[in-house]
Amino acid sequence: MTDYSSVIPAKAGIRGDEVPAAALDPRFRGNGGVIKTRSEPFLEEQAAPATKVRGYWESVFHRLRRDPVTLVFAVIVLLIVLAAICAPLIAPFDPYKESIVGRLKPLGWRGHPLGTDELGRDMLSRLIYGGRVSLLMGIVPVLIASLIGGMLGIAGGFIGGRTNTAVMRTMDVFYAFPSVLLAVAIAGAMGGGMANGMLALSLVFIPPMCRVAETATTQIRALDFIEAARASGARTTTIIRYHVLGNVLGPVFIYASSLVSVSILLASGLSFLGLGVRPPVPDWGLMLSTLRQSIYVVPFVCALPGLAIFITSICCNLVSDGLRAAMDVRM
Amino acid sequence: MIRYILRRIVYAIPIAFGVSVVCFSLVYIAPGDPLQTVMPPDATAETIAIVKHAYGFDRPLPMQFLIWLGRVVTGDFGVSIATRRPVFLEVSEALANTALLAMFAVPLAFFTGYVMGAVAGSFAGRWIDRVVTGAAVVGVSLPNYWLGIVLVIVFAVEYMVLPATGMGPSGSTAFNLAQWSNVQFLVLPVITLAMIPIGILARTTRAAVAEVRNQDFVQTLRAKGLSEWAVTRHVLKNAMPQVMAVMGLQFGYLLGGSILVETVFTWPGSGFLLSKAIINRDVPVLQGTILVLSLVFVTTNLVVDLLQSLIDPRIRRA
Amino acid sequence: MSSLAYDPRDRGGPQQPMLIARDLRKHFPVKASGGKSVQAVDGVSFSVGKGETLGVVGESGCGKSTLARLMLHLIKPDAGELVFDGDPVGVAPGIPIDALRRQVQIVFQDSYSSLNPRMPVRDSVAFGPFVQGKRKDEARQVARDMLGKVGLDPEIFGPRYPHELSGGQKQRVNIARALATGPRMVILDEPVSALDKSIEAQVLNLLRALKRQLNLTYVFISHDLNVVRYISDRVLVMYLGRIVEFGPIDAIFERPLHPYTRALLASRPSMDPARRIELPPISGDPPNPIEPPSGCRFRTRCPFAEMVCETADPMLGPLQGPQSHVAACHMQEAHSGHSLAASA
Repeated sequence: MTDYSSVIPAKAGIRGDEVPAAALDPRFRGNGGVIKTRSEPFLEEQAAPATKVRGYWESVFHRLRRDPVTLVFAVIVLLIVLAAICAPLIAPFDPYKESIVGRLKPLGWRGHPLGTDELGRDMLSRLIYGGRVSLLMGIVPVLIASLIGGMLGIAGGFIGGRTNTAVMRTMDVFYAFPSVLLAVAIAGAMGGGMANGMLALSLVFIPPMCRVAETATTQIRALDFIEAARASGARTTTIIRYHVLGNVLGPVFIYASSLVSVSILLASGLSFLGLGVRPPVPDWGLMLSTLRQSIYVVPFVCALPGLAIFITSICCNLVSDGLRAAMDVRM
Repeated sequence: MIRYILRRIVYAIPIAFGVSVVCFSLVYIAPGDPLQTVMPPDATAETIAIVKHAYGFDRPLPMQFLIWLGRVVTGDFGVSIATRRPVFLEVSEALANTALLAMFAVPLAFFTGYVMGAVAGSFAGRWIDRVVTGAAVVGVSLPNYWLGIVLVIVFAVEYMVLPATGMGPSGSTAFNLAQWSNVQFLVLPVITLAMIPIGILARTTRAAVAEVRNQDFVQTLRAKGLSEWAVTRHVLKNAMPQVMAVMGLQFGYLLGGSILVETVFTWPGSGFLLSKAIINRDVPVLQGTILVLSLVFVTTNLVVDLLQSLIDPRIRRA
Repeated sequence: MSSLAYDPRDRGGPQQPMLIARDLRKHFPVKASGGKSVQAVDGVSFSVGKGETLGVVGESGCGKSTLARLMLHLIKPDAGELVFDGDPVGVAPGIPIDALRRQVQIVFQDSYSSLNPRMPVRDSVAFGPFVQGKRKDEARQVARDMLGKVGLDPEIFGPRYPHELSGGQKQRVNIARALATGPRMVILDEPVSALDKSIEAQVLNLLRALKRQLNLTYVFISHDLNVVRYISDRVLVMYLGRIVEFGPIDAIFERPLHPYTRALLASRPSMDPARRIELPPISGDPPNPIEPPSGCRFRTRCPFAEMVCETADPMLGPLQGPQSHVAACHMQEAHSGHSLAASA
């Protein structure tokens, strides 16, 4: 015999909002199925039980709290960020102090748990300090891009028409460059440096961010509650502030969180090519690049900065995946 | 159908135009007088004025752009500051070497990523899905320049089974695909280059396949009595357009990623050329390489779009 | 018609209609058609008296919703004019559109998309009063009162989000939202079409009660004739962007003049086995609104179509007082050339 129960689609056309209809409507509970419509026609539903009311963000946090994997990785990211902030307190050595005798020493050499680099500087301290530049260069461009790209996308999406077409076609031009290439082109032409690197990365992330915001805004704009708000006499800016922002923020935030990992990889890549900070400032990408010549001497030490990038990037990715899962609810 | 193809091609023209505008402006966002990129540092004010006029640098910017565009269209990308050779030659030689890498990296990435994603999506929620998803996250999060170094440490420094850097044994002139002494230089760069696209492709394919599997028509197929294998074939076919779109983008990622990977392996491709140009502040080479690479990317995306419309008739009507 | 309590905003007195529409027209250009356009609303004139409920019926796509949005200037008419309580809308000496929107509100069909999913419903209700100049706490108080008026306990339902409410509850919130700014006229665009039949009756009763309580004027748009009959005083029947029949509710239901209205009435589902429908009263879909038929737009589906229907546009007769009943049909027009035309 075939089990036909597996054939029936799980969601057989039941709209999500019909569940509370049955659950909250007192006519479905306890009064013998007698449908009263005439007497007290609109006071019936008051008897509905008070359920826990959760706003969108509340429910996202609620779901996140039940996702241990994401939480663990979020804690790791937090620790990395804290270590970078508190670098002077926890670094065992001065990251700039060179030593002629102590160059390129392996792990655990004379109190240097992670060895020393090509100028005899303590690797652990440099890695802790290096997080400052690497994280900053990874996060700042995402923030800038979210702000500018988000605003452009919301404006374009809400105004629509030719303005939107103009904005989006301009963005399409930047889409025509592979992201690494565009970042290298801009940073390379401007001559490197941390500020230029961050500017280049921001420019790379603005177009996709703009597209995310534009798509979300266009969808929201078509809904009746925007028209209802306009019918109550609200100005465009008021409608955007109270009705659009709250609905577009979610997708923009999800996308931004997924960009952090990409941005950290790209930023370190720029440093690796010599387009980030200049020596002797510690930075993971730059350290990886300068230590590359020494892989025949202390291979493990040389691989450490890259490991730091990798761990940060994968943790950010996993946290972002968890956030996406927690925020991906139809409401 | 033909109308769609024409429309899509016409649509690519302004994009290509915009790309050239961006590339043109690279010279102007570079610090210092753009003229310095073509002048010896000891030139007198008089010669500078003459050259300025000859190159059209005294004209208004839009005119300068048109002059530049006219030169580019005829293949004149200027002269490299570092080598004094025409940029066009430098870029085309380097591009051939990058194409060699891509010839192996692209099929490797697309095949591995697609198979991984399709398997994971078909067994969504099972252990094999978790393994693949985990591996894909690792692939996406790996800094490929670091992966290159680690591979060199393992296979060239520790075990010495593969060469660390370069494109052939010293003294060899032409790359011979039939000889292991040449081919062995390809192995590590190709693997490194393919890693991130594998991860991204596996993730996208998994998501696309899992999504299609949840659609109602799949239940209908099962109800009709189709075998699980036949159902999977339908699912994969329906997930294909989405996967192809990402493949097109990943081709671009590979081009971009080649900058870092070729630098690590000193593979004389377009990426390595670019990284040398950055170190030497060789703006004409920088500009030329980026223009060529992005035009390649624009063309690929166009081809992918057209292929997609062949597979998925819904796109043509949009 | 109920007697009106004094409203300080009343300018024209009880005899002045609340809203007059004259020859409203809205064509939407269709991109892929080479300059053609959908004639969503094509020369529509009517008036809504103070305190009455005007029903608007027609098949989907006949321009009902466009008409609703035109009445609020949510979309600009291509031609024609609106007169609100004696003042022309949106022209210099008349009433500005902002001011119109303080006095006219709208309730949409889709209760789901007409509430902001990220806002507790009490904030959605408070939004209107807030943008019209009330302080936040005042607006919240209005929202609490309004929720109570539509039968939802503000303490229980106010803090909830739309997805936590049933369709009927959401539509009550929408009604509260529309009424929160204290409008004199409410346009109800298929307000009960998406609801279950049992909930529909509750919401209709609520609307009737609110109308009495707040001295409202309704324009009630629906495709459901039974619903329209239950709530309306007069009815306007639309077909392909034009009015085909207009008159008091009982006259329309008992003596329909236009063949389209008759067909609509005949197609109602009936509980009475004697009235069981054997043949579909109208066959086929409405014609393409991009290229409507010449002459009478209904002629392609009309069993009485003759030559004259193809060549001449039937005119809606002149309205004489609120009780007049008119139809745009050659059979109603003396000497129109139609063989069944009433002779003078």
